[in-house]
Amino acid sequence: MRHYVITGVLVVVLAIATYAGLMAIKLMPVEASTQSIPIDQLWNVEIAIICFLFALIMVPLIYSLIVFRRKKGDTSDGEHIEGNNTLEIIWTVIPLITVLVLAYMGTYTLGEVMAVDPNALEISVTARQWSWEFDYPEGFTSTELHLPVNRQVVLNMQSTDVIHSFFVPQFRMKQDILPGRITTYRVTPDLIGTYQVECAQLCGLKHSYMTAPVIVSSQADYDSWIQTQVAAAAVAAQTPIGRGQELVAKYGCAGCHSVDGSSTGIAPTWKGLYLSQVKMSGGTNVAPGAVVTANEAYLIESIVNPSAKIVDGFQDNVMPKTFGTVLSQSQISDIVAYIETLK
Amino acid sequence: MRRFFTSALMRGLLWQLIGWIVGAFFLTGIRVLMGLNAFVTGQYFFTEPAWVFGGLVGALSYVASTGAMTDWFKWAKGEEVPEHREDPPGWEKYLNVSLDHKVIGVQYTVTALFLLCVGGLFAMIFRTELAHSGLQFLTLQEYNTFMSLHGIVMIVGILLGVAGLMNYLVPMLIGAQDMAFPRLNAFSYWVAPPAAVLLLSTLVFGGFDTGWTGYPPLSERAPLGMQMFFLGVAVAGWASILGGINLIVTVVRMRAKGMTAFRMPIFVWAAIATSLISSTATQLIGLSFQMVMFQRLFGMGFFDSDKGGNPILFQHLFWFYSHPAVYVFVLPGLGIISELVPVFVRKPLFGYRFVAMSSLGIALVGFLVWAHHMFVSGMNPYLRIPFMFSTLLVAVPTGVKFFSWIATIWKGKIEMPTPMLFVVGGIVVFLLGGLSGPPNATVATDLHLQNTYWIVGHFHDTMFGGYIYPFFAAIYYWFPKVTGRKMNEKLGKIHFWLMTPSFLTLTLLMMRVGLLGMRRRVADYDPALGFDNYHLVMTIAGYLIAISVLIFLYNLFVSIKKGEVATGNLWNSRSPEWLVPSPMPVHNYDRPFEVIGEPYDYGLPGSVYVRFEEKKNQSHKKESIDGTYK
Repeated sequence: MRHYVITGVLVVVLAIATYAGLMAIKLMPVEASTQSIPIDQLWNVEIAIICFLFALIMVPLIYSLIVFRRKKGDTSDGEHIEGNNTLEIIWTVIPLITVLVLAYMGTYTLGEVMAVDPNALEISVTARQWSWEFDYPEGFTSTELHLPVNRQVVLNMQSTDVIHSFFVPQFRMKQDILPGRITTYRVTPDLIGTYQVECAQLCGLKHSYMTAPVIVSSQADYDSWIQTQVAAAAVAAQTPIGRGQELVAKYGCAGCHSVDGSSTGIAPTWKGLYLSQVKMSGGTNVAPGAVVTANEAYLIESIVNPSAKIVDGFQDNVMPKTFGTVLSQSQISDIVAYIETLK
Repeated sequence: MRRFFTSALMRGLLWQLIGWIVGAFFLTGIRVLMGLNAFVTGQYFFTEPAWVFGGLVGALSYVASTGAMTDWFKWAKGEEVPEHREDPPGWEKYLNVSLDHKVIGVQYTVTALFLLCVGGLFAMIFRTELAHSGLQFLTLQEYNTFMSLHGIVMIVGILLGVAGLMNYLVPMLIGAQDMAFPRLNAFSYWVAPPAAVLLLSTLVFGGFDTGWTGYPPLSERAPLGMQMFFLGVAVAGWASILGGINLIVTVVRMRAKGMTAFRMPIFVWAAIATSLISSTATQLIGLSFQMVMFQRLFGMGFFDSDKGGNPILFQHLFWFYSHPAVYVFVLPGLGIISELVPVFVRKPLFGYRFVAMSSLGIALVGFLVWAHHMFVSGMNPYLRIPFMFSTLLVAVPTGVKFFSWIATIWKGKIEMPTPMLFVVGGIVVFLLGGLSGPPNATVATDLHLQNTYWIVGHFHDTMFGGYIYPFFAAIYYWFPKVTGRKMNEKLGKIHFWLMTPSFLTLTLLMMRVGLLGMRRRVADYDPALGFDNYHLVMTIAGYLIAISVLIFLYNLFVSIKKGEVATGNLWNSRSPEWLVPSPMPVHNYDRPFEVIGEPYDYGLPGSVYVRFEEKKNQSHKKESIDGTYK
């Protein structure tokens, strides 16, 4: 009897101590969306259950190992207890009820998280290897996601190549993004601040760096940002170079091709590229070791068919091969016009 | 040395290479006749279809050259073959085709240890890279390849380790002389080395950057290494399927007299549950990978949305195997824990029938939970609810196991030699893995946890607690049965006490950074997140684990020749294999035994589990072999 009392007390003590300790070290990042509140409440319930079960197994285990350790020279066996059906039924039925309750709570919380506001702001998200693009209903494109606080947003997301995933830890949610299909991410940011969206589904070489800023601001700040963007887009659209620069930002080209001559190790820089002599390591359209002048025709070919000529020191199959269909011919010549300015 | 280089193992490697090249040339010839391009200037010389076809021919050449299929060819030609093939004494039998389940068990186990070490080495390489933010010495492609290979090499290593334990132990525990189909058994093993070669060959074919999950469309555009990965997994899968069938037949047909279902050793129940999964679910991973392979080779569009395919379909097919696969890993491990606990606490296994049924329960429920890996994949959002319920149900039979172990240990007379240390370590680590599971199962919290380091910490705890710790326990426990010598206790204890705190630190910190938002499968992380110190500690912990494993390997090799001689029943077990001398005789038991008691009746005076037949009757051998080979 003494053993049961001691372990019972220790189970309670350890469970409470573990729970208090875990709560004290703040397991989760800040809550920045209304959806994160019910999720964290469910999480805290789960942590409480985990702490109790942890203590329920660990205490009798450690207690037995210390107290019921075989004495030196004792060669006898333990007590012959084969089992106890009542106990077995208890520890089958009680966990069964617990998990059913937990599943019910999970369902309920999921319902709260998925709640739809019919007036939600809609923004289109395009994910590609390895950049994010946000298309606003006002008709401009941004590489930063700006959101007004306390208003539900629906992100209509699509990928142009492989599977990506939209993940903002402070929002507590993620959603995969598929090619050829739109998936949605519904969130109501409720804390002004700057966060980061990270791709959470392995998407190839630069997966680690596929991030973009998420800026949650007051409605007034948000509105003025929208106005600046609309104005800037109108100005840029007037010249080929301006349009090219916009396209380069939109498609994240500079993530691999630096425009200031620095090395990314992934793709050649664009600075000073135009009309320079480039040595090739091979490709479907050139002999290994050949030297090519980087004229307009070369730049266009390299955008449309990246495998045609591989620059010495870089790998094939890194750059997406879809730009020939994604971009129109005039868009490609806009980009080339922009590259030509990078002397 | 010469006998080493002419062994089946080394001969196979040569033939695999020859078969590979011949196959590639053959297909290139066909391509030329069809007017397709023959060679690719640049990196890999042959075209992708030629490499893949060559890889398949190479793998078959390996198996054929070892002689594992020779008897079948002879049967096909109507020739007689001897029922038994006697193995030569010494180490040679382990490098050549043997039909003895014990030799095959050791072959599997050693191959598994080798692959686990290789997989661990990959982990150490990229763990070192992760010690600090920024890229130190790996390129992004190298990181992705090592990370992906770590996953699959560990998985194949564990699968072979599972097969090793089951092959060595099950016939011995049920009183059989061998497996039901010894030739199939040998074949199952001998497909594993070429599969391992295929997997490791990805390193020279540009690697692959998809993780072991190989999701398309990413895997459709990955380098050539991807195809070798698909092929390697498919070939390794044959071993799982055939081994599973063989084991089920063995247990159903070849148990000793009197061994009713509920008098089987508990590990046998676990082996049955595992084999049910591996023989019926493995096909699905092979299928899903083959479909991507065909997309690449023939331009089919199963998972390509541009061609009307669906990338999520792949995930369903893939996880239909790959979730139950984790039960293939842990059920035998948990079986080892249930098997060893009664021996070292000198008490019967508490609730034997419930523990046995819980293994089957886990195996069956495990088939219905696969989509919990896909809660954020974009599948029908309402489908997530039934999968949440089914996933949480797994907690019930798993809980039964924990409670039964604790009730067994409670008031026992506990001894703590190295195997028992690893059993207890396994219980603790698996408890952490199990308890970190339900938050992933409830959809709402999984939206945050999915694809973070939390998951990485969770499954490393389940894999180590559910398999690696029991695997070590089993090796320390049955090593004397294999060699007649004991492994060094002191080194065993150092191994345990170095590995356990390091491992707990490692996985708990993984969970910690995961909750704070650290994504999995990233080569680099933002220093602004403040994870640098956590990662440094994790890397140091990783190195301590590696050192502890080196100590284990040293202990293993030295003990084969120099270990303390242990030929009798040194753990004072009731199990039949300890009632005969060590190392185990070639045909296991020279006299059949009859089961006359319960397997774990420790503490019941005068009771025994088995009684050997008194008279030395040699004719039984023929009897039990009849029906075995046909």
